[in-house]
Formats: sequence, C-alpha cells, structure tokens
Amino acid sequence: MPSRTVSSIYEGMRDFPPDRLASGLDHLIICPRCDAAYQLERPKNGERAVCQRCHKTLIAPRRNAGLRIIAVAVAVLVLIMGAAVLPFLTIDAAGNKNAVSILDAALAFSGGPMIFLALVTAALIIFIPMLRVILTIYVLVPVVLDRPPARHAIPAFRLSEALRPWSMAEIFAIGCAVALVKVADLAQVGFGPAFWMFGALVVLVVAQDSYMCKWSVWNSLEHPKKS
Amino acid sequence: MVSMELTGTSKEILSAREKGIVACTRCTKAWPMGTQVCGRCGHKLDSRDLLSLQRVWAYWVLGVLCYIPANIYPMLKTKTLFQYDESTIIGGAVELAHHGNFGIAAIILFASVVIPLGKFWAVALLAISVRHTSNLSNKRRLIMFEVVEYIGRWSMIDIFVVAILSSLVQLRTLATINPGAAAIFFALSVIFTMLSAQAFDPRLIWDKREGRGPEKT
Ligand SMILES: [Zn+2]
Ligand SMILES: [Zn+2]
Repeated sequence: MPSRTVSSIYEGMRDFPPDRLASGLDHLIICPRCDAAYQLERPKNGERAVCQRCHKTLIAPRRNAGLRIIAVAVAVLVLIMGAAVLPFLTIDAAGNKNAVSILDAALAFSGGPMIFLALVTAALIIFIPMLRVILTIYVLVPVVLDRPPARHAIPAFRLSEALRPWSMAEIFAIGCAVALVKVADLAQVGFGPAFWMFGALVVLVVAQDSYMCKWSVWNSLEHPKKS
Repeated sequence: MVSMELTGTSKEILSAREKGIVACTRCTKAWPMGTQVCGRCGHKLDSRDLLSLQRVWAYWVLGVLCYIPANIYPMLKTKTLFQYDESTIIGGAVELAHHGNFGIAAIILFASVVIPLGKFWAVALLAISVRHTSNLSNKRRLIMFEVVEYIGRWSMIDIFVVAILSSLVQLRTLATINPGAAAIFFALSVIFTMLSAQAFDPRLIWDKREGRGPEKT
C-alpha cells in the first residue's frame, strides 16, 4: 500500500503570531501518540499519512470507505447474533453428546463470583463487538448519505473507539482452536455452524478496522456539509 | 514505505507542546495551549497527563496483585471416570507438554506467563523511564509501547479456553471440566494491566528530559 508522511510544520509554523496561529490550527494534525505536529495534507484515497516519529497512521482514506464499513457492519451484526445462539462446537465421547453456543461458553462461569467472569466473557465476545457495530452504523449512515450527523453522533463514535481494545472476537476464535486440541484425545469434537460464522466474522472485523479512518470520520462529523 | 521529505531540517520534528499547541489525543485536532476541552469531540485536553503515571502504577499494582493468586489457585478442575484433577496455569501447560502437545503448551505458557510478566516489566520500565534518566532510546521505548498495546489483550485467550472447555466438556459421569478460582484473578489481572497500559501517556516518551541527563536517541 503506498504511503507517505505529512510534512513537518517546523518551518512553516516557526514564527506565527498568536492570532494567526489560532486560525492556522485548522491546518494542523497532531500525532495522538507522540505529539508531533504536522501541516495537514490530505492523502489521496488508498494512501496513508504516517507519523514520521512514531509511525502511527494518521489519515488513511479509502474510496467508498463509509459504504463498505456499513455493509460489513450489517454483515457482522447478523453473524454475531447467529453465532451467539447457534452451536459452535459439538463433542461426542462414547455416546455422551454436548453442543454449545458462544452464550453457553460465557455462561459456563456460573455460580457465586464466577458470574463476574460470565458477564466479562459475554461482554468481550458478544456485546462489545455488537455495540461497536451498532454505533458504527448509527454514526456513519448519515455521513455517507450526506446528511447532518445523527444526534449524539460524537459521543457515540467516542464510545465506539474507546471500546475498540475490549472487542475480543478474534482472540476468542484462536481460543477455540486451543480448546479443540486440548480435548482432542478426550473426545470427538466437531464444528457447528456458528464456528464458521465466527471465522467469517473475525475476517470481517479485521477488514472493517482497516477501512476505518478515524480522522476522516471526525472531520466529516465536524464539517457535515463537506464530503 | 515511501516517505516524503520533511520541509524543514530533516532531523527536527517538533512536538505540539513546544509550539504552544495542545492536541486532542482522541481526534488529533490542535487547540491553543490552555484550552480545556476539545471543541470537536469533547475529549479533555491535557498537553501532558502527568497524573497518568499515578493511574498507570495504581492499575499496575492491582494487576500484579491479581496475577499472584491466578498462579496459585487451580485454573481448571477436571473430573473423569477415574480421577479428579486440579491444575494451575503452569501445571496445565506442563501436563500438555507431557502428552506431547508442545505447540499448545507453548501457546498457553506464552499467553499466560510470558506476555503478562513481559507486560508488567515493560509498563514499569516505561513509567520509570519518563520520570528518570534512562538509557533506553526513544525507539526502543516506542517498540515496547507498541508491543504492550497490541499483544496485551491476547492474554485473555486463556480465560476463553477455560470458558469453552467448561461449557463443552460436561459429559455427565464421563468427564467434566469446571473453572477454578484462578480464572477470576487471571481475568482481573489482564483487565487491570490493560487499563494500566492505556493510562500511560506515550507522548512523554519523546519529551526532552531536562535536567535529567543528556537525551539519548
Ligand atoms: Zn507520532
Ligand atoms: Zn478531540
């Protein structure tokens, strides 16, 4: 993927008087990770603006990104709901059969203090990913349709971004693989439909994150008329 | 990666703080120094969040405290026809290795021992290095921060494995697996360590440590 860095503001901003500085602030972008200041320069679609100091991606616009993210989000929502209740693993040992859904897995922690773990697990695998998807659709649909932002779109997007590290669907998918090997010599283990849905979901979530350019979303929430 | 030339002297990248600008860490918008709240996204603005280090240490201590019982109490209680078995995190991995599952044993050990311990070490080192003279280069510290940021969540895998096993292996008399007390402490430890890493303000890494010895880059 072609990428380029935004140029340093060092020369341009050196001796700006305070009043001109204030108006010049709109043309700056500050790296949130290392505080490096750059003259804002919007990369073309498919290009990335990368911080030169810490290599964080600052802007990464993609063509039709909003539409694609929404499409993927709807698919993810359907998959999560399906994967939550359908069986994802089945076990068969000497006629003793058991099929579990992801909700069953979360609820495996039941009784006393284990309830806490049940809630945390269910949240990390199902509810937080689901909430993020719903928030994304809510925020992006008006933006894509060139409408004014939805009510409370800004706190909604904030929440969605804050929840990002706590959405652990892909980690759960790898956990499935580890669990399979652990019980492989104990019993016959098979995959239910939810397992495949979950695999697709992981791929989609990763794709969605790669299309999401936070800066572009903030920018269109700030200037709804444009774009 | 094609990198565009700097307009200024190629070595200098100035921090917003040095230009009298405070930046929103959430939406990257720039504001004049002294602005309290970001006008675009409503995030609280702090040029450098020095209180953040206190939060880092508070969560860090909680994370370490929870990690100790997580290794003492059993993680899994396995009951089969012939035996009842309680295994700790490390015990479980050793058992797997005995059965020849070296790959899985390595994954478990890596996710539940190497990553958590490495994270405690890395976060502590980062938090100390921004307050005191340290011979760690900025580049090294950036790599440490990135690793902590991206890999930390993966420790949760062990909790998910326990959840899957406990729900799946419920075969009446033949075999049952149930979670042990360590699962709670381990989950808490992972959560606290994630909060600790999130509380760290990485912008401190690039600040010149005035009066604390020469800057090494
Ligand atoms: Zn940066
Ligand atoms: Zn902001």
